[in-house]
Amino acid sequence: MTFNFNNVFLNETSTITGPYEAKGPLSKYFDKSYHDLYFGEKTWELAEIKLMTESIDLLLSKIGLLKNDIDIHISGDLLNQIVSTNYTASKIGIPLIGIFAACSTSTLSMLLASLLIDSNQVKNAVVSTSSHNSSAEKQFRQPVEYGGPKPKSATFTTTGGVSAYLSNKEDKIKITSATLGTVVDYDIKDAFNMGAVMAPAAANTIYEHLCNTKTKVDDYDLILTGDLGRYGKDILKEFMKTEYGIEIKNLSDSACMIFDLDKQEVYAGGSGPACLPLVAYGYIRELMQKGKYKKVLLVATGALMSQTIVNEKQSIPAISHAVCWEANL
Amino acid sequence: MEKKKYQSMVEKHTPKENTLFNCLISFFIGGFMGFLGQLLVDLYSYYLNIPTKEASTFMIITLVFIGCLFTALGFFDKWVNFAKCGLIIPITGFAHAMMSAALEYRKEGLVTGLGANMFKLAGSVIIFGVVSAYVFGLLRILIIGG
Repeated sequence: MTFNFNNVFLNETSTITGPYEAKGPLSKYFDKSYHDLYFGEKTWELAEIKLMTESIDLLLSKIGLLKNDIDIHISGDLLNQIVSTNYTASKIGIPLIGIFAACSTSTLSMLLASLLIDSNQVKNAVVSTSSHNSSAEKQFRQPVEYGGPKPKSATFTTTGGVSAYLSNKEDKIKITSATLGTVVDYDIKDAFNMGAVMAPAAANTIYEHLCNTKTKVDDYDLILTGDLGRYGKDILKEFMKTEYGIEIKNLSDSACMIFDLDKQEVYAGGSGPACLPLVAYGYIRELMQKGKYKKVLLVATGALMSQTIVNEKQSIPAISHAVCWEANL
Repeated sequence: MEKKKYQSMVEKHTPKENTLFNCLISFFIGGFMGFLGQLLVDLYSYYLNIPTKEASTFMIITLVFIGCLFTALGFFDKWVNFAKCGLIIPITGFAHAMMSAALEYRKEGLVTGLGANMFKLAGSVIIFGVVSAYVFGLLRILIIGG
């Protein structure tokens, strides 16, 4: 399902990261980075809530608006019952739509906000998401200090709080269309190979988007996927070619961009809801504002995984949502 | 695309683990841990003038303490990640699993957090350790009569 928008713009973004991202190649594009994973809080969960809260505070101060000026807040995260979102929203106090779309939260929230803005139901919206390496490790994998080895296809959850301000006020980046993905399940049960779980979802959504908007891969300067990792990216390329006969040359994956895969110990790359927006809100947005990219398709992918049901030997379903940004210089 | 076909595509792109190298590392580090344990047993029995059986208990306590301390100091996970089963199979792995879980859940309270979750990883070691000891003990009685 693809939606077209006429009157939605991305006005401002904010990105806050942890120490690993600050050591990565995109460090100069982040607004702020912490050098300690606790961010002055007592627990990992509180640290993640602080990340998200601070990114929204920073966003509001950048655009010079008060929380009362914002019509709606759409947000989600990885933790059970999306606690980071709920506790942040209780501090921020903007009417909330809390969503769960795992690592595809960023594009789903942009899609929903764009729908509401384009239909004149709201004039502006704040979308946010967060992930924290340690809180995700604790919930989905092992205790943080446990050093049991992981396979090379595992990913390393990014630590970041990201927010964006969308409105009907004209700006340099226009959100022109978005595709709502369907859940796919290719019977992959390996929670340490999320790239393989999510690649078909990304392929499905990219293909839908191209068909529905009657565009070709070459019409985009860049197709940026979320967190497939270095092996998942190859799987996506091959999947697109064998299933749809489409060759994607202009594909980049955020997981491979946010960290230096050769120098940092991050296995197959980054992951988490913050992974794609950390790359897109800082780096890609700046390149678009400078006129280097004119049309970019953001394809965030989410593995809809629960530890319980994976332990019960069930396969992991995945979803992907796409949003198209166009330069409006 | 059929699921089977996709799975073979995934298999093609999934990196192979370096099993031989991992085994060698585990073998040598595990061997060194055995050497260290024996050294501790000898030292304890020599200097404290105690029987080997008691010295073995002292050795276990020492290694568990070191495993816990290094985990708490925050660098043992990197060692374990490198040494793999070389540090996981010896008693240090048990200490590491227990301590890392204790550290993680301490903030959820002493009883509901630390107490309830401390054996989250190490619990299965105890359960299956007891079960296999029982099975092998039984086999020993049946085969060689005690």
